[in-house]
Amino acid sequence: MTTERVSRSVLADSGLGVETPTISAARPVGSRIERWAGNVFILPAVLVVLFLSIFPLFLSLSLSLSRLKFVKGGFEINFVGLANYHKLLFGSEQDHFVGVIASPSPLGWAFFLGIVAFLVWWLVRYIRTGGYGVVSLVGRVLTAVLLSLLAWLLAHTLSPGGRPGTVVVTLLYVFIGIAVQYALGLLLAVLTTQRLPARRFFRVVFLLPMMITPVGIAYTFRMMTDTDKGPFQPIWQALGLGLYSWVNDPWGARAAVIISDIWQWTPFMFIVLLAALEGQSVELMEAALVDGANRWQVFWHITLPQILPVSTTLILIRMIEAFKIVDLPNVLTNGGPGTATESMTLHAFIAWRTLDLGGSAAIAYMLLFMVTFLSMSYVNILRRRVVEA
Amino acid sequence: MVIRNIFRRRSPVALSFLEMAISYLILIIWTGVVLFPLYWLLVTSFKLPIDVNMGPFYLPFIDFQPSLHAWEYILVGDLANDTRRNYFNTVVVAPTSAILALLLGTAAAYGLTRFEYRPRLGIILSFLGALVVVVFAIVLGAPWQIAIPAGVALFIILLQTVARRFQRTLKNSDIAFWLISQRMLPPVAVVIPIYVLFQRLGLLDTHAALIITYLAVNLPIVVWLMRDYFQTIPVELEECAAIDGASRYRIFWSIVLPLAVPGLVATFLFVLVFAWNEYLLALFLSGAKSQTLPLTVAAQNATRGPQWWYMSVLILIMIVPVIAIAIALERYIARGLLVGAIKG
Repeated sequence: MTTERVSRSVLADSGLGVETPTISAARPVGSRIERWAGNVFILPAVLVVLFLSIFPLFLSLSLSLSRLKFVKGGFEINFVGLANYHKLLFGSEQDHFVGVIASPSPLGWAFFLGIVAFLVWWLVRYIRTGGYGVVSLVGRVLTAVLLSLLAWLLAHTLSPGGRPGTVVVTLLYVFIGIAVQYALGLLLAVLTTQRLPARRFFRVVFLLPMMITPVGIAYTFRMMTDTDKGPFQPIWQALGLGLYSWVNDPWGARAAVIISDIWQWTPFMFIVLLAALEGQSVELMEAALVDGANRWQVFWHITLPQILPVSTTLILIRMIEAFKIVDLPNVLTNGGPGTATESMTLHAFIAWRTLDLGGSAAIAYMLLFMVTFLSMSYVNILRRRVVEA
Repeated sequence: MVIRNIFRRRSPVALSFLEMAISYLILIIWTGVVLFPLYWLLVTSFKLPIDVNMGPFYLPFIDFQPSLHAWEYILVGDLANDTRRNYFNTVVVAPTSAILALLLGTAAAYGLTRFEYRPRLGIILSFLGALVVVVFAIVLGAPWQIAIPAGVALFIILLQTVARRFQRTLKNSDIAFWLISQRMLPPVAVVIPIYVLFQRLGLLDTHAALIITYLAVNLPIVVWLMRDYFQTIPVELEECAAIDGASRYRIFWSIVLPLAVPGLVATFLFVLVFAWNEYLLALFLSGAKSQTLPLTVAAQNATRGPQWWYMSVLILIMIVPVIAIAIALERYIARGLLVGAIKG
């Protein structure tokens, strides 16, 4: 039930939930092949996805519940229940996956309590509007509880003394990356829609980073961040930092990964926002300007509401993609120093390389769970705002 | 004419000189941010190893003497055969999978906007139940020759008994959501089973394995973007054609597809770039024969340390075709992506 409800809202958000017009009435039923047209259109796609997503997904699930053991002349797979998950969340892999937990600084507490306060306000407002079903209420309470849990995790692992595990690092990549990409993409798109000469040149140039393979970008940025032989070495020298390599610092390394990600994916934000800005009505804007509104007011009250629907879908797409980040940390920092820059996908990949197939599948499942849950919550929380705006 | 357009303030939207200067400044800074790493790749590709290791040199002919050694090594020297083979692999795999994804995904998106589907929940649940049983049986050691017929039998029994009780049906939006949600699947969650699957089928290290996998990964995004697009195309034209006696396939092929060209082009570019640059799945599924270019790039990080000069050449020859296509199709991209959400 919950998924169905959420599904509708996802679709409504991305403009998918529109009434479907049919042309069946216009035409008497013809030959058999004509009657089957609907199925002919959709079945190939459904079958491909079924065999290459659903079937492997079940196989992965069963792998995540088992342990691979090498025996003479091959290997055997033993069912171990939830042991792999237990190991990640509470057992020997906890430091690596979840992180080291320490009591948060005042800022951490403020962050955590702020999130909780927002979620409580969101729930209370929902309950007070009335007209809700039991299932959707339970779904929302669950959303609020799990989001608070994530906020708790962030506050506790990012405090001094704590150390973020791969879950937290992935979340940082996704949220910091997307926020900066969106802001930059919007700024560039706004500037490029002005009537400037040579704007086509800028458009093409801004598109370039998206076209480069992430592996290539990772190596390129490894050159860029090299403080000895990289192009910024003179600046480094001038600042008196000498050969201090900022990529060997955990936060420096994470920043390097995020910077490369921003460099690569700002173009995607840019190009879609550009289309959205060009699609908005100019008359409204001009009318407001004639009435004496300043540029900032026009942007805030007229442009932003018009591009809000696109923005939600755009951020959703990027969020889904960003969670899969692996090439950049793998090549740029090799996950290090230590495990400081490992994303969840990289963690799963490393587990696979050490032949811990069950553990690898369990990490992948946790990632899948997190992506699905966060996308749904995002859609659920934001839909109201979009409707009201 | 152009000059007059620049200096005349035609509407209140036009910019003052100061605003224009600031705009240009920001745009030029970002252009520098984008182009500088690419410039560095270019100069590195002409450097001798000693030029790279001596510290940063910026300008060819002034700071260092450019050399073609890396280009020779990659294009005509020792690595030429590998490069040619892997380039060929990429050229086969990426466009083929992109076109197939576009074909199947567009058809499904069209179906989802113009037909009503009512698959019965009971049938789907029976099918999934049977599938789970089969998968678990195989994992726990049952031979597949027995497990699969047993699963089919179980499916038929469930259909005749339990499924009849469930009269609930799914709607188009449910199917669309299910298809789109497959994009949330992290590749790492499915790559091991896919590896095993292709191994059993004897397709490991072939073009087919990569094409099929990329097709499955890209289908959801095609359905998502094209469904948005079809919803902006008015249905009246199709109704007219239907009254005139055109079949549904004909309507789709000669009326709907031509109208959807901007969306098709933008979506094609998106999935092509993904397949062209994909690394993780290729790493699992291809061996020596079907390697694609991202793997060749990564392979230059040899035991002697990263061979920056070779890498730069490879990255450059890899991005040239994509950039050429992107420049040629640039005007479609803005019009095509997410247009449904823009209008809606």
